[in-house]
Amino acid sequence: MVSPVETQGLTKEFRVGFWGKRVRVLSDLNLEVREGEVFGYLGPNGAGKTTTLKLITGLLKPTSGSVRIFGRDCWDFSIKRKVGFLPENPYFYEYLTGRELLNFYGQLVGLRPGERRETIERLAKHVHLSAALDLPLRKYSKGMLQRIGLAQALLNDPDLILLDEPMSGLDPIGRREIRDLIIELKGQGKTVFFSSHIIPDVELLCDRVGILVGGCLVAQGPVDQMLEARIESIEVTVSRVPPGLVEELDHWLVSPPVTKGERLVLTVKDEGTLAELLTRLIEAKAAIHAAAPQRESLEEYFLRHAQPRGGP
Amino acid sequence: MKVAAIALNAFREAVRDRILYAILVFALVMLAGSTILVTISVGGEEKIIKDLGLACISIFGTLIAVFLGIGLVSKEIEKRTIYSVISKPIHRYQFILGKYLGLVLTLLANVALMALGLIGLAYLWEGTVSPRLVLAILFIFLELMLVTALALLFSTFSSPTLSAIFTLCLFVAGHLTADLRLFAARFGGVLSKAAIEPLYFLLPNLSRLNLKDQAVHSLGIDGGTTILSFLYAIFYIAALVLAAMAIFHQRDFQ
Repeated sequence: MVSPVETQGLTKEFRVGFWGKRVRVLSDLNLEVREGEVFGYLGPNGAGKTTTLKLITGLLKPTSGSVRIFGRDCWDFSIKRKVGFLPENPYFYEYLTGRELLNFYGQLVGLRPGERRETIERLAKHVHLSAALDLPLRKYSKGMLQRIGLAQALLNDPDLILLDEPMSGLDPIGRREIRDLIIELKGQGKTVFFSSHIIPDVELLCDRVGILVGGCLVAQGPVDQMLEARIESIEVTVSRVPPGLVEELDHWLVSPPVTKGERLVLTVKDEGTLAELLTRLIEAKAAIHAAAPQRESLEEYFLRHAQPRGGP
Repeated sequence: MKVAAIALNAFREAVRDRILYAILVFALVMLAGSTILVTISVGGEEKIIKDLGLACISIFGTLIAVFLGIGLVSKEIEKRTIYSVISKPIHRYQFILGKYLGLVLTLLANVALMALGLIGLAYLWEGTVSPRLVLAILFIFLELMLVTALALLFSTFSSPTLSAIFTLCLFVAGHLTADLRLFAARFGGVLSKAAIEPLYFLLPNLSRLNLKDQAVHSLGIDGGTTILSFLYAIFYIAALVLAAMAIFHQRDFQ
């Protein structure tokens, strides 16, 4: 099966300043997005996420390396028909109404007039913009612009949908709507590649993620495998602990006990210690409310990888 | 089809821009104002009207061509509207061609309006419409198409301000190349001739497209020269648009 997106040794350098000094923003990127999956592209600001997307959509030319979309070069004209793209903070022609904008893009993707009208109505309904379709775009809110951006990306019924920071700057309701749309697209068998720095969204939506730091891909793989049930510690919530017992238990704990109202949270390192701790607590007739293993979240995983090398 | 869509969109953008109306209203007021000058002059009224009218079309047309032309591509890049357009299944050259034709369409509408005003006024004074006047307007339009192509070319690689300066400089130089060449031939040594000669062939020779004097003073127009001038303009425009396409094809959109 051909990958919707495959980059090989993708490198991009920009020339900056008067002397045209070369600055490398992306180096030797080998990325693979598989068919039908939602791929999350994570990275701090300035990591090169937008640059990657611009290389994939042919807005930039690579310094070296290649991008293949469904097995073909991304500059291949015919491949653009299969791709929908939502740029970061999309800017559209303000002097047009929503309908005029979609109509214009509909012409560019080669929809016939009748088809166009029908598709625009359907997509507008889909992204909840039917009522605002005849308003000029300069009156649109950020969320509405993001949604009409999504509608224009879907005009050609693409198999691969590229979204650059689709949730940035949106309120929780707007984020939720975009999230639902992505889930729906996946349900239709489409491949979605989206960049983000909002980790909970990525964790919730994505099958696989790639983490980009300083222009280098530091990790790539399925979300659950990446976190691989890596139990960092176990939190035990107890109450009615006899006085003096806490001091006695202290050598088992990895961090000082935390008091939450009546209850006390004790953190131990692993299951072996947990068994000993629980035995001692039961003997002392303390009330045990919960023992919860603490897995590393994607956020912690991300932060661990996003630290500058050699840094803290 | 896609080129037409881009052209119509560019036309729509211009038509919804207030600056266009400001220029157009000003031009029409100037045209009407020329009739006041006529009332205080003795003889040659229709000449004054034609002279001022043609100058009006030329100046305001150039203003529209330059100020809308310089933003044709650079504004799209600056406002990032280009991202969602270029990522659609279109060729980059189609974008350039569409943008160019859109502005030419805008100019056509404006020049037609101003021309109607001028031809109407001339008809009122003379009772007939001279074909020379129509031909002079057509050649002004041709010149505007060339200026637009210049602005478009600069717009593909530089900022609007720089593009405006470049275009206006070339516009002025284009009107002076023939004079400069003459000047060099008369007074200059070998060096100045060697410097001016290539410039003469490289810069657009806009004075070739100027038939205003012939129209105002009812002078004869040589058919052969006119056809050659027409072809010259068309080839020059084609070369400029092709160059714009070539530059645009290589561009990165950062």
